[in-house]
Amino acid sequence: MATFPDLIPALPEIFLAVAAMALLLVGVFRGEGSLRLVSWLAVAVLICTGYLAVTGPGVAERSVTFNGLFVTDPFAVFAKLLILTASGLSIILSINYLEKERVARFEYPVLVVLATLGMMGMVSANNLIALYVGLELQSLALYVLAAFKRDAAKSSEAGLKYFVLGALSSGLLLYGSSLVYGFAGTISFDRLAEVLANGPSLGVVVGMVFVAAGLAFKISAVPFHMWTPDVYEGAPTSVTSFFAVAPKVAAMTLFIRVLVGPFGDMLAQWQQVIWFCAAASMVVGALGAIQQKNIKRLMAYSSIGHIGYALVGLSAGSQEGVRGVLIYLAIYLAMNVGVFAIILSMRQNGRAVEEVADLAGLSKTHPMMAFAMAIFMWSLAGVPPAAGFWGKWAVFLPAIQSELYILAIIGVIASGISCYYYLRVIKVMYFDDVTETLDRPAPVTGVVVAAAALFVFPVYIFFLSPITSGAAAAAASLFSLR
Amino acid sequence: MADVPILSLTTFLPLVGALFIFLIRGEEQNVARNAKSVALWTSIITFIVSLFILTGFDPSNPGFQMVEEVAWLPAFNIAYIKGVDGVSVWFVLASTLLTPICVMASWDAVEKRVKEFMIALLVLETMLIGMFTALDFVLFYFFFEGVLLPMFLLIGVWGGPNRVYASYKFFIYTFVGSVLMLLAILAMYLTAGTMDMRVLVDFNFPGNMQIWLWLAFFIAFAVKTPIWPAHTWLPFAHVEAPTAGSVMLAGVMLKMGGYGLIRANIQMLPEASFYFQDLVFVMSIGAIIYTSLVALAQTDMKKMIAYSSVAHMGYVSMGIFTMNQQGLDGAMFQMLSHTFVSAALFLCIGVAYNRLHTREMAAYGGMAKNMPRYAVVFAIFMFASVGLPGTSGFVGEFLTMLGAFQANTWVGLFAATGLVLGAAYMLLLFRKLFFGKLDKPEVKAMQDLNWREVTLFAPLVAIVIIMGVYPASFQNVYNPTLEKILADHQASLQAAGLIEAQPTQTAHVTQETVPAAHVGQPVADQASEN
Repeated sequence: MATFPDLIPALPEIFLAVAAMALLLVGVFRGEGSLRLVSWLAVAVLICTGYLAVTGPGVAERSVTFNGLFVTDPFAVFAKLLILTASGLSIILSINYLEKERVARFEYPVLVVLATLGMMGMVSANNLIALYVGLELQSLALYVLAAFKRDAAKSSEAGLKYFVLGALSSGLLLYGSSLVYGFAGTISFDRLAEVLANGPSLGVVVGMVFVAAGLAFKISAVPFHMWTPDVYEGAPTSVTSFFAVAPKVAAMTLFIRVLVGPFGDMLAQWQQVIWFCAAASMVVGALGAIQQKNIKRLMAYSSIGHIGYALVGLSAGSQEGVRGVLIYLAIYLAMNVGVFAIILSMRQNGRAVEEVADLAGLSKTHPMMAFAMAIFMWSLAGVPPAAGFWGKWAVFLPAIQSELYILAIIGVIASGISCYYYLRVIKVMYFDDVTETLDRPAPVTGVVVAAAALFVFPVYIFFLSPITSGAAAAAASLFSLR
Repeated sequence: MADVPILSLTTFLPLVGALFIFLIRGEEQNVARNAKSVALWTSIITFIVSLFILTGFDPSNPGFQMVEEVAWLPAFNIAYIKGVDGVSVWFVLASTLLTPICVMASWDAVEKRVKEFMIALLVLETMLIGMFTALDFVLFYFFFEGVLLPMFLLIGVWGGPNRVYASYKFFIYTFVGSVLMLLAILAMYLTAGTMDMRVLVDFNFPGNMQIWLWLAFFIAFAVKTPIWPAHTWLPFAHVEAPTAGSVMLAGVMLKMGGYGLIRANIQMLPEASFYFQDLVFVMSIGAIIYTSLVALAQTDMKKMIAYSSVAHMGYVSMGIFTMNQQGLDGAMFQMLSHTFVSAALFLCIGVAYNRLHTREMAAYGGMAKNMPRYAVVFAIFMFASVGLPGTSGFVGEFLTMLGAFQANTWVGLFAATGLVLGAAYMLLLFRKLFFGKLDKPEVKAMQDLNWREVTLFAPLVAIVIIMGVYPASFQNVYNPTLEKILADHQASLQAAGLIEAQPTQTAHVTQETVPAAHVGQPVADQASEN
């Protein structure tokens, strides 16, 4: 007799799914010109979802429903809050951009909400099938978003590229899952952990590596990063700003859950994989960005590098390491939202520009914006006293603790190299002369930029303690099963 | 004293001033004028406040004083701890004294974006004071790196023609140097379980680990000090930086390296310091002789002073690693002396540069005739730099040499040749600028020092001469601290020597360094009575 599943743990997701449909209806009935309304409604929906997540049962303890397919725990709640924040801010920042680019269609916020739903499903997955469902829901929405500006060849190209490579990675992931199922006999994360505690068979190891490869594609870790610069550059900037944060956070947390949960006892096997991905991502991110002239491509390489740093924490394989990754992601979110808010408002005479050189002399024409950008660059480079330093601190500490000295040294040297291109942005803004003035940013963009900049320096000092304890509780909940 | 958090007050007062300047709005000329006066008053008030640190400081107490402690990040065991001891207190005062001088020196020299310039200068001051007073290693690293941004902007925005290259080189060199220090700090934290420098100073790290930690710290501080061969960023940074930037760079920022070497390498990693002593000697000698020769070949006067800075810091690193009373005392004194002398020399060059807008020595000549005041001031600092008795430079160089001769005669011998070379290039510089025929029309038209420039130099002249004539006034403040550092250092070497199964090493330690400390005492007293 099948009993009716407990819906309370999954309430935020259910609410979000229903609300997404409702938003779609609102859009359809209001027709063209409803972007603003739907967008702000979507933001309200995301805030409500966040409220439900925070007040739900997952905050205090682990609760499982749908026959063990779905789990919510402090780890999931922490990740969901990050994802919801990133999605909400991305929608707010997109409105003006979409209107100016004449692609103001109400489907945009709805697609973002659906992608967010997929991400929340990923974060709460407790089963390889649930993982795949969440991942595909997210990915499908993202493919459409990348090609959202369908009249522009570049946008369509980005969408197609992302789709083809994304489908390939999904295939890898599915293949890996099937191998794991075949050799371990189960797809439930809890059962897998029990089965694999006695040592994995070779087939499971191969399967795990395929799953890891599929997920590494989603977080754009080297050597699965090739799509990132092209998609970042081709997609509409508002979509890029969304890509840069929320999906990365979701895939990263999913990655952590899979590796630490079911494959927790295979640390010796996956640690080498993650070690390599981390080292290679940091180095490629640092070297690849040096030659970039387009600021979106630059940020693409920057995000590859940052994923490398986050993976340093994961490769430590310890509770402190997971805590470090979560802190890193929280700070990464603030920095990237701020940078993309500025990139979104880069327009000259109403035309969007995206070359680094277009920022020339920004400190004279828009001193506040330049100052904020300088803070973000400073923070991305990981130089104290900006917040980015703490992210590095939080991931390198467990790496040293787990005696990954070489990885840590590669990491800090890569961060030294990456300073070069972050400084180049500051140099262009502060040292060079004005070529053409940028337009005034929209007020709402200004508010987001100011808030993000103030957070990155110096307000974060007061938030560091709660973020750290939240991340610690999240990491602890993940490790308490073992 | 514990009621008023005077160290935090001194640290963050300039930041408040910077915030005020940030909020100034209006016409460009008014903004510039107001920014200048706010910066001047803030820095003067900060200096006055910092004087209370000196008056409240008890020289006989070798430990940390005026300690402030606030919990910050319990998850990582990081706290906001501040305090000063004999080693750091002078550097705090040097920072607060040089900042108003820099503001005055930039009064007319900086013409574009005055507001931002003053903000950068005040933020730089906050970072410097914060670094010298931080007692938590993370806080220390925070301020240590925080110095980079204002300095990067000072060089890059207000610098000379090659400013972009110089600012990049400065930044990347120092940043890459210090990231390894971050890893070392992490490793220390994981071993000792705390970031509190007061605890780490007494913590006994395993010998093998000390080697790696030492190397990481040494690279960071060697780049900052700079010790040959990691000095190549310095000449570019100095040459391109505006006068105020050069003054802060030479005056205080280079001392961050020396301070760090004493605090981290000597105090926390005594065994590794002993192990690497010869390496540092070789590098210091390299710095002293090589950079002196390079200085001799320069035609750009700022570059010459920049290379002389490297040579002088070579005495500092040599003195620190002699690890005897005279050497350490001399290194401290040399650092302080260099703070004022090199700052003053860069100001002197700034005076000439503001009038003629070239740093080529060949463009000047015969200035002793039409600028007698300038010539006198320049001569005083030139002699101090050379190490003439009666000036501050003499005491520092003499004591470091004394220490070096005790540690290793050859080191002392080579270091002594540096003195000769130093005299050679400084006299050459002076001759080219001030003697000879006054036949260039544009040099003839140059005005002598005005009242503002005289006020700028007056305190520096006074300090340099007081330090030369009555060095004990400065030494008394830091000597008890240095004695304790040395005693701790030798105690841990002995302990390690006893643990180690190599009898030759042990004999070496006990026979050589311990008597040296006893013999050293009266000599130091004699020197301080000079």
